[in-house]
Amino acid sequence: MRFDFTDEEKAFREEVEDFARTELPPDWDEKALYWPAGYGTFPGIEASFKDMYDELLRKLGRKGWLSLGWPKECGGMNSMTRHVILDDVMSYHRAPGGDVSTAIAAPTLALIASDEMKKEWLPRIAAGELRFWLGYSEPNAGSDLASIKTRADDDGDAFVLNGQKIWSSGAHIADYGWVLAKTDMNAARYRGETLMLVDNRTPGITIRPIINICGIHSFNEVFFDDVRVPKKNVVGQINQGFYCVMLALQYERLFVGMGAFRRVLEELVLYVKETKRQGMTMGKDPLIRNKLAAMAIEIETLYGFYWRTAWMMDRGQAPEPEASALKLFGTELSRRLAGTAMEILGPCGQLERGSKWAPLRGLMNLGYMDSISGAIGAGTSEVQRGIIATRGLGMPRK
Amino acid sequence: MDFDLTVEQKLLQESARDFLARECPRERVREFEETGEAYPPELWRKMAGLGWMGLIIPEEYGGSGGSFLDLTVLFEVMGFHICPGPFFSTVVLGALPVLAAGSEAQKKAILPAIARGEHLMTMALAEPDSNGDASSIMAGATPAGDEFRLGGVKLFVPYGEHADSILWVGRTGHGENAGDGITVFVVKNGVPGIQKTGLKTLVRDRQCELLFKDVRVPKDSVLGKSDLGWPVVENTLEKASVVLCAEMIGGAQAVLEMSLRYARERVQFNHPIGSFQAIQHYLADMWMDIHGSRYLLYKAAWKISEGMEAGMEAAMAKARIGEAFRRVTLQGHQIFGGIGFTKEHDMHLYHKRSMTGDLQLGHGDVHRERVAVRLEL
Ligand SMILES: Cc1cc2nc3c(=O)[nH]c(=O)nc-3n(C[C@H](O)[C@H](O)[C@H](O)COP(=O)(O)OP(=O)(O)OC[C@H]3O[C@@H](n4cnc5c(N)ncnc54)[C@H](O)[C@@H]3O)c2cc1C
Repeated sequence: MRFDFTDEEKAFREEVEDFARTELPPDWDEKALYWPAGYGTFPGIEASFKDMYDELLRKLGRKGWLSLGWPKECGGMNSMTRHVILDDVMSYHRAPGGDVSTAIAAPTLALIASDEMKKEWLPRIAAGELRFWLGYSEPNAGSDLASIKTRADDDGDAFVLNGQKIWSSGAHIADYGWVLAKTDMNAARYRGETLMLVDNRTPGITIRPIINICGIHSFNEVFFDDVRVPKKNVVGQINQGFYCVMLALQYERLFVGMGAFRRVLEELVLYVKETKRQGMTMGKDPLIRNKLAAMAIEIETLYGFYWRTAWMMDRGQAPEPEASALKLFGTELSRRLAGTAMEILGPCGQLERGSKWAPLRGLMNLGYMDSISGAIGAGTSEVQRGIIATRGLGMPRK
Repeated sequence: MDFDLTVEQKLLQESARDFLARECPRERVREFEETGEAYPPELWRKMAGLGWMGLIIPEEYGGSGGSFLDLTVLFEVMGFHICPGPFFSTVVLGALPVLAAGSEAQKKAILPAIARGEHLMTMALAEPDSNGDASSIMAGATPAGDEFRLGGVKLFVPYGEHADSILWVGRTGHGENAGDGITVFVVKNGVPGIQKTGLKTLVRDRQCELLFKDVRVPKDSVLGKSDLGWPVVENTLEKASVVLCAEMIGGAQAVLEMSLRYARERVQFNHPIGSFQAIQHYLADMWMDIHGSRYLLYKAAWKISEGMEAGMEAAMAKARIGEAFRRVTLQGHQIFGGIGFTKEHDMHLYHKRSMTGDLQLGHGDVHRERVAVRLEL
């Protein structure tokens, strides 16, 4: 055993730290939103950040850092450990270290796409030129993706899409949809769906904003009205889309933004050390000490799942219950952390960004709202517990 | 034991439910949050017409002389519907202390106007450094001839911008206990020297910062006795915590009912999600949390109504119910999935209130400490 990085990994970490220090805009710390394991305040989700975000992504691409976890044959470094080091450091700075295209779509493509497709898409994704959105959920199909209604009808060299997606995070600032649609209406459950890449600029697509609970435009409804998708954009095999999505979901569960947890804890610790209430430094209050210590322990526990999952993947093992545990534990911890932050800040915690009395820029308050989302998106906590119990622990299904 | 409400209380409850269901749909609540108004005027007028503002005001001052328990029943319904406006600040933070400690002249000047819905009140207590107890009060009041001069910053004053009069809590002296030397003043909101700044909070509940700069008030503005104001404040806060708990229980009940309805209707995997054990367990926990809490709430309210010492019960209720409401709301969110994470959906209205309700008037830690003190720890 060895609970430390190799020298190369340490050097890499330093390099990423340097990058974050020098390449993020100087006023980034004042502007950046982001709550750990919250899905409603992703770095750069607001349209006003688009240019800055695109530029940053291309810079990461030039460093070769958007493909760290992909296999070598696909231009990657085959190191999930490095991928998560990047994620850890960047998210600490509330900055993006990859996105749907690089962290979810690309590794999936690397596993199941045709050589031709890999050649067409992976280099552009690695360069940070393409942003994707995930088109799974529909109004009547959330946890149960097999009941989607969006249909893709065969029309020679193309499919014709009709239907509606919902909760499509970032569709308004992305280039392509990673869309699951029904291609065989008569097939058995899980056998008639196909995954395809849909160009946002295709005629017939309408994207309508949904404002989330934090007041941020992060997700959308997307409508397809006779949208033609060339067959060469099919990911994997026709009618095997469900299997492809299950693979992609495993990568999605690694999207933790681990450093952001560390950051919040550090900020709270600093706050209570610097703040006095009624003559007493808050950090000396046993109750507050207890709460923050408990959070520190949970965050360290989460790091355990985080590094271990990456380590297993680097050894070619499939982290089945581990990835679900990482997602489940992290998103539930996010809620506890947000609650603890609010309890510590007290009445001032309810003040929003911009108020002179708002501690820590009002971020904890925003985080409190966003912390609900993690345990719902990317497969709910109930679904994750089901996966751990059935696939992980071999319990019988109902 | 008798767990039933009286016939009158049931009538009050039912009529309040009908009224608010009709007059205060959640779209109105949401609309109201965006305006800067003190209250939706139409709604406020009708509430006054129903006698709500005067519910606990004795008949001689234009009210109907109801009990604290009646008020608690009403607050539970208001919490269910998230009824907006300065009802809490006016009736609980204003009328109750005036009733308890005001001079005859003060009562006559204020209470009938409150009962008619024509006078808004609030209390200015918290300061930047405070968690609501006496020792944190720094704002000072100094006598000068037949006046007092008041100065200092107050935070989180509900409806401080809109209230017609403010019960301002400040220090006129020091004594052995932190509460010694604290005085409550009735201050007209129009007098010179008051600077008001609205605070943008999670729940748009019109809290504000009040900066008093050499505000002069006549000597007879003191509510009760000079230097002996803290027990009045404490007593008000105890009652305020209890009605806040009632609002929270009402809110939790609303979340449970919404969740039950949704769990029956929403189908995934060809079954209503309410048929999944995970969801059933949440609903069972939510129900249990609410019923357990309601017992604490009404026991505290009953004791106050009967004039008994209720410090223990009030602290227990506040400590438990703030957390219970948060738990219930989070479980509700879990049941609603993605739809509950939008601005259009009603869940966020309750979610925010579960957090702010838990923080207001002292978070659970503060109240557990009070319980511990009463356990002679
Ligand atoms: C912030 C955010 C961002 C999102 N981004 C995207 C995106 O970019 N693209 C996209 O396609 N989707 C996205 N989603 C949608 C997300 O994947 C769904 O919300 C999620 O899968 C749950 O589906 P649902 O909301 O329809 O809830 P439902 O599936 O209706 O679930 C409601 C409740 O029932 C429970 N439940 C359902 N089935 C079972 C079962 N078999 N056993 C026990 N309990 C069950 C659930 O756990 C939940 O508690 C996002 C969601 C959020 C909140």
